[in-house]
Amino acid sequence: MRIVRLAVAGASAALLLTAACRPVQESGPRYGGALERAGKATAPGVAKSTAALFPVAPPPFSEGAFPCSECHGLTDKVDRTPHVVEFHDEIVLRHDEKNRWCLDCHDAVNRDKLHLADGRLIDFTESYRLCGQCHGPTLRNWEAGEHGKRTGSWSGAKQYLLCASCHSPHSPRFKPLKPLQPPLRQEAIR
Amino acid sequence: MSDHASAPMPVPAPPAEGYSRREALVMGLFALAAAATTAGCSAADKLAYEEFVQKHFKDLSPEELKDRLAGMEKRYAEQYGKSVQVSATPPIPGTRFGYALDLSRCIGCRKCVYGCVEENNQSRDPQTHWITVLEMDKETGVNLQHADAYYDHETVPAPGKFYMPVACQHCDNPPCVKVCPVQATWMEPDGIVVIDYDWCIGCRCCISACPYGARRFNWGKPGIPTDELNPVTEYLGNRPRARGVVEKCSFCLQRVRKGLYPKCVEVCPVGARKFGNLLDPDSEIRYILENKRVFILKEELNTQPKFFYYYGL
Repeated sequence: MRIVRLAVAGASAALLLTAACRPVQESGPRYGGALERAGKATAPGVAKSTAALFPVAPPPFSEGAFPCSECHGLTDKVDRTPHVVEFHDEIVLRHDEKNRWCLDCHDAVNRDKLHLADGRLIDFTESYRLCGQCHGPTLRNWEAGEHGKRTGSWSGAKQYLLCASCHSPHSPRFKPLKPLQPPLRQEAIR
Repeated sequence: MSDHASAPMPVPAPPAEGYSRREALVMGLFALAAAATTAGCSAADKLAYEEFVQKHFKDLSPEELKDRLAGMEKRYAEQYGKSVQVSATPPIPGTRFGYALDLSRCIGCRKCVYGCVEENNQSRDPQTHWITVLEMDKETGVNLQHADAYYDHETVPAPGKFYMPVACQHCDNPPCVKVCPVQATWMEPDGIVVIDYDWCIGCRCCISACPYGARRFNWGKPGIPTDELNPVTEYLGNRPRARGVVEKCSFCLQRVRKGLYPKCVEVCPVGARKFGNLLDPDSEIRYILENKRVFILKEELNTQPKFFYYYGL
């Protein structure tokens, strides 16, 4: 029974993903909005699966960073005491850095995965589950479509941006942007 | 004085028997056009004639609408030297569109302003923007008297400031529609307030009636470079406008009636803009209305906007 459920979840996730990639051509409204679909996807049993629950954008890896297993082997000896990692010196942790370090989110053995607080491994495409462990209300709003950005169709297939697409997990504060040029003043328009 | 008082009052000539003033005028023009061409009407004359006598959008029969769309496509192709598609997509039954904007997230980057310009064929020169982003002080809150639309910082958000983009609020009780003397603007069944640019006489009553400053007038001939023209257009939406007519946000009618999000939603880098069907209890927009601190602009005017501002944080 469990396997069947997983398969169904996988298939529906795959369907959602392919639908998100196609240009939308809908003749009529599809009732049952984001919440209902999200609710179905997180039905009991399915939440434990490793299949992606939401049609999300690709995780924003730095160029050449993934897969991490290219450098980190499964059998590497790991120092689990928090310390400064000199190799990844471009990463400056500004995210509760007093209490956390790399291996609180990244898995020490399988480097291509993240892990939840209880040790369950998850893919980078599901990183919102990891974020939601601390930012519960934000995850709830994201699932409902209030927090974060969605593109695609208001009535059907849409793509969700991951938390990490806008907030660097290592330094989550949204960076200021240069604004586009101001409008011309009325008197300058000819 | 008495002579003057007894002089007969000038009376306008009664309309010709059986014809309305408009029909008589049209026939007169047609006679002129026929006299000007020896070999009857050419195709170009026919199009010009059709344009002159064309009806209000709502009065067009399906065949007439098809002819008009084809005529417009021909005109725009001539004007811009590229193929332009003009459609008249009907509203989707069971939809009432609503929009929500999170003031605690907007950073005032103006990406929506220029995304809208490109999507909706707004004039580049002279400049027309449907969206105005207002900068205000956090200290004073929403205070339109002290809002600045011309801010120009190195980076945004500027310290102590917040931003409020304003465009058409798609009121459920729209004052602009009430004042239009020719009914060139109206609310569609899906709640979008639209303009028939060919019926607008450019009197600008709607501009003075709109309490949100959302409507724009084409004082000059709109200038759009051919390569920047969005060729997917709608009769009541983003088709190129002429000089002397009013335009405004249409909730990206050409996108939302096909199920897509409006352009401003798609280009917003902070996800502050939310759009959906107010009649769908599971939509994002309904979640926001039911769970967030929402307000509408100038509520006291009873315009009943379908554009909601809220504080997500």
